Amino acid sequence: MKVPFEKLDKAFENRLRLQVMSVLMVNDRYDFNSLKELLDTTDGNLASHLKALEKEEYIVVHKSFIGRKPNTNYEATEKGKTAFKHHLDALEQLIKQQKTN
Amino acid sequence: MKEKEIRDELASIRSLMERSSKFISLSGLSGILAGIYALIGAAAAYVVIQNNPMSGRIPLFELISNFVNVILILFAIAFIVLIASILTALVLSSRIAKKKGQPIWGKTSKVLLFNTSIPLVTGGIFIIILLYQGYDAFIIPAMLLFYGLSLVSASNFTFSDVKYLGLFEILLGLAAACVPGLGLLFWALGFGVLHIIYGSIMYFKYDK
Repeated sequence: MKVPFEKLDKAFENRLRLQVMSVLMVNDRYDFNSLKELLDTTDGNLASHLKALEKEEYIVVHKSFIGRKPNTNYEATEKGKTAFKHHLDALEQLIKQQKTN
Repeated sequence: MKEKEIRDELASIRSLMERSSKFISLSGLSGILAGIYALIGAAAAYVVIQNNPMSGRIPLFELISNFVNVILILFAIAFIVLIASILTALVLSSRIAKKKGQPIWGKTSKVLLFNTSIPLVTGGIFIIILLYQGYDAFIIPAMLLFYGLSLVSASNFTFSDVKYLGLFEILLGLAAACVPGLGLLFWALGFGVLHIIYGSIMYFKYDK
C-alpha cells in the first residue's frame, strides 16, 4: 500500500508551524509574546512562520493596543483547524501503515 | 518519517496543547503542607474557643466585647493559614513551573487565577455579610461551599483532578450546614484532611 505522504500538509512541514497550530486548536486566541515564551523561539523566527500560516489563511491576526503597547493576537480559522485535523489523521495513518508493513 | 518520529511529533503536540491551555505546575506537596497548616490552625482555634470562659454559656449579646475578640483571633489564625498556604504554593509551584518550562505568571496562571477568584471573592464578601448579620453558624459551611465552587471552576484550567477536591469540599460544606456547632471539625476536615489526601495523590501522580 502506498504511504500517503502527499496527505501531509506542506504548511505543517515546519515543526514550529505545527506547534503554533496545536496551541491555537485549544485556545481561542493566543498573543505573540505568550507564544514566543511557550515555544521558546525568537521574534523573527516566530513572526515569519506566523506570516506563512496567515498566508495559507490558517490563522487570522487581531491587532490591538493595551495602553500604548501593541498586542497581537492570533486565532485559528476553520480552514486551519480542518487542515490541522487532516494532518493529524495522515500522521496516524502513517503509523498504522508502518505497523502493518 | 519513521514511526518514532511521528510518535514524538504527536506527543509534543499533545504536551503543547496541555501546556498552552492549562496551568499544570500546581505542586502536590504544597497541597499537603496547606493541609498541615490548616490542621495546626484548627487546633489553635479549638484552644482559643475552649479557653474563652464564656463561650457557649452566656447569650451572645452579653459578651459582645469578648465575642469580637475571639472572632478576631479566629480570623487572624485563618489569615495566617491562608498566607502561609499561598506562599508555600507560590514557591513550590514556581519550582515545578521552571522545570516544565511554564511561566509562573503567564497566560495559563492568569486565566486560572481569574476563574478561581470569582467564586472566591463572592464567597469572601458573603461571609463578611453573614458575620455582620450574625449568622455565624453558616460561616464555615459558606467557606467550604465557595471554596469548593472555585475549585470546580478552576479545574478547567489546571489538572482536572482538582474538580474532585472541589466536589468533596462542596459536599462537606452542605453537611456542615446541616450540623451546626461542628463547624470547626468540618473546617479541619475540608481544609486539612482533604488537602493532605489530595496533595498526596497529586504529589505521586505529577510532582515526580
